[in-house]
Amino acid sequence: MPKLIIRAGQAERHYWRDLWRYRELLYFLAWRDILVRYKQTVIGVAWAVLRPFLTMVVFTVIFGRVAKMPSPGVPYPLLVFAAMLPWQFFSSALSDSSGSLVGNANLISKVYFPRLLIPGSAVVVSFVDFLISFAILVGLCAYYRFLPGPHVFFLPAFVLLAFLAALGPGLLITALNVEYRDFRFVIPFIVQFGLYVSPVGFSSAVIPPEWRLLYSLNPMVGVIDGFRWAILGQSSLWWPGFCLSLVMAALFLVWGIVYFRRMERTFADVI
Amino acid sequence: MSEAIIKVEGLGKRYVLSHQGGGGSRQGSKRFSEVLSRAARAPFGWLSRAQGAARAARSQEDFWALRDVSFEIKRGEVVGIIGRNGAGKSTLLKILSRITEPTSGQIEIDGRVASLLEVGTGFHGDLTGRENIFLNGAILGMSRVEIKRKFDEIVAFAEVERFLDTPVKHYSSGMYVRLAFAVAAHLEPEILIVDEVLAVGDAQFQKKCLGKMQDIAGREGRTVLFVSHNMGVVANLCGRAILLKGGRILRDGPVSSVIGSYIETGATITGESTWAVDDPAAGNDRMRLRRARILSVDKVTGDVPIDAAVTLEFDFELSGPSSSVTSSIHLFDKQGVWVLCSGPASEELSPGPYRQAVTIPANFLNDGLYSFSIILLRNVTQIEVHLREAITFCVHETGEGRAEYGGVINGCVRPQLSWTKAIPT
Repeated sequence: MPKLIIRAGQAERHYWRDLWRYRELLYFLAWRDILVRYKQTVIGVAWAVLRPFLTMVVFTVIFGRVAKMPSPGVPYPLLVFAAMLPWQFFSSALSDSSGSLVGNANLISKVYFPRLLIPGSAVVVSFVDFLISFAILVGLCAYYRFLPGPHVFFLPAFVLLAFLAALGPGLLITALNVEYRDFRFVIPFIVQFGLYVSPVGFSSAVIPPEWRLLYSLNPMVGVIDGFRWAILGQSSLWWPGFCLSLVMAALFLVWGIVYFRRMERTFADVI
Repeated sequence: MSEAIIKVEGLGKRYVLSHQGGGGSRQGSKRFSEVLSRAARAPFGWLSRAQGAARAARSQEDFWALRDVSFEIKRGEVVGIIGRNGAGKSTLLKILSRITEPTSGQIEIDGRVASLLEVGTGFHGDLTGRENIFLNGAILGMSRVEIKRKFDEIVAFAEVERFLDTPVKHYSSGMYVRLAFAVAAHLEPEILIVDEVLAVGDAQFQKKCLGKMQDIAGREGRTVLFVSHNMGVVANLCGRAILLKGGRILRDGPVSSVIGSYIETGATITGESTWAVDDPAAGNDRMRLRRARILSVDKVTGDVPIDAAVTLEFDFELSGPSSSVTSSIHLFDKQGVWVLCSGPASEELSPGPYRQAVTIPANFLNDGLYSFSIILLRNVTQIEVHLREAITFCVHETGEGRAEYGGVINGCVRPQLSWTKAIPT
C-alpha cells in the first residue's frame, strides 16, 4: 500500500480509489436504511408496493377523470404511472439524499470513509423502491394488454439519467444543509412544487409551444418525457427540450460534485 | 525493520469559534432592539464604532487545538497519548483518522489505519445484534467476507449468543457495549487508533478488553496509538507515551516518566484531603473524619519516591460516649485492585479530636497511583466511617535498581525480596 500523505488544503489524491475500496459500505448503508424502514411494521414490505399504486389511483381519478387531461392513445393510468416512476425516484432520492449527511452526523464525526457514499446510499434506497414500482408497471402493462415498442430498450439510459438528475441537486443541497440548516425546509417545497410543474399528471404535449423551451429547463421534464417515449412510444418527446433538460441535469451534477468535494473536508468540523 | 510508520511534522489544527449572539455588530443587527439602540447612540458614532469593533473581535476567535506537533512512530510501537481534557488528544486522533483536516503541517502514514473513537459507531437500535455486527464492521472498514469469517469469534467475545436476533435497543447498556467493543476488537489493521473506549462495561469485561488490547499490542505486533485517562492501563499497555498540553507536546518518552510529568503538571494530587464538618461521606454525628495527609521524606506530598516510606496520617473526631474505636485502611492500586488491608487493635477512646498514622515501608509499593480508603469502626464491627478513595498519591520511580531494565514492571506491589545467588549444584 503506498504511503498516505495528509496535508492541509490538499485535495485527497486517493479519493476515487478510496471510493472504490469502500464500495461495500454503499450497500451496507442502503441495506440499513431499508431494513430500518420496515422494522416493527405490520404490513412491512407491502408498503413499497402500496404507495406508488395508491398514488397512481389518486392521480388517475383527479387528473384523468376530474380534470380530464388528454391521454392520446394510451390508457390514462399508464400515462401517469410511466411518469410517476421516475418522478417518485427523483423526489425520494432528492429528499433522502439532501438530509443524509446531517442524518448520519454520528458517523461523519467518528469514522473515515468517502462521504460521497452517504448521499449515494440514499439514492440507492430510492432506486430499490423504483425497481419495485417498475414491477407494478409491468403488471399494469399486462393488465391493459399493452406491449411496449422497441424504444423500451432505451429505458436503462433514462433510468441512469434520472439517477444522475437526482444525484446532482441532492449532493448540492446536502452539502449546503450541513452548514446552513435552512435547506431542509427547501426540499419539501421543491418536491411538492415540482410534482405539479413536472409533466407527471399530464403530458408535456399540453404545454403551449412557445413556453416549451423554458419548460424544459426542469431536468425532470426530459427524464419523464424520455420514460414515456421509451415505455409508451409517445411522440411527446421533443428533442430540443430533451437536450436542454439533459444539459441542466449534467450542470447540476457537476456543480453538486464539485461543491460537495470542496466542502467535504469541513463536514466533521461543522456538522 | 523499525522504520517510521507514522511521521507527523508541524501539525496544527485551528478552529474558529464564533460566539453566537455575542456581538452582532459585524453580522449586522438581527434584532430590532439592537437597531433602535444603535440609532440612539448614533450621535456618538465614533465611540459605538470602536465598541463595535471590539465586539466583532470577540465574536470570532481562533482556537488552536493542536500546534506544532511533531513525532514519529515506528512499526510495532504501542504509544499512549495522555493529557488533560482539552489538551488536543482527540483532535490529534481525528486528524490521523482522516476525519478532519489539519490546518498546517503534514502527516505520512504507511499502513492501513483503523480508528476506534467511539464504541458502537453506526449502531442502530432497531436492527438486531447480528445485523449491527455486519453494519458496524463495515463502517469500521471490514469487508463482508471478513466479518462473516470472524462472526462467531465476535459473538463469543461479546457473550450475546442468546440475544443475537433481538433489536439492539432492547439490550442492556452492558450488552450493548460488549457487542460494540467485540466488533471493534476484531479489526485487523496495521495501525490501530483507540480513543478512551476501554472505560466501559463492568470490571470483568474491562479485564477482558484489556486482555484483548494486550494481545493486539503485544502478541500481534501491531502499531497502536492509545488515548486514555487511566494511567494504569496506559502504563500497562504502552512502552512510550506522548504528553499533550494546550495543543503542544510537553513530553515524549518512556511511559513511566511521561506519566510522572503528567501527574506533576496536573497538580491535582496535593497529598492532603480535608472534609467539612457536615460532609455526609466523611462520617456521622458519632465519628467523623476531618483530614488525611500523605507524608514522605518529612513533607506533605502527593508524589512519593519508590524508595521512601509512605505515611498516611489522618485526623478524626469522636463525639458521644466513649467507645472502642478500630481504625482500618484499604489500599487500592491504579487499576482498582485491592492491595491490602491494615488496622491496629481496637482502643477505648473518649470523645475529642484524634490523629493516627500508618506507615508503609519503602521499596514495597510499585510505581503508579494508589488510593487509600479509610474506615473507622465502633465496637469492632460497626462501621461508622467508610471513606472510599479518601486520598490518592503517586509513587514514582527513582531509577533505583533499574539499571538493567527500563520497561514496565507489573504488579500491585513491588517489594524488595531477598534473593540468593545462583549456586551450581
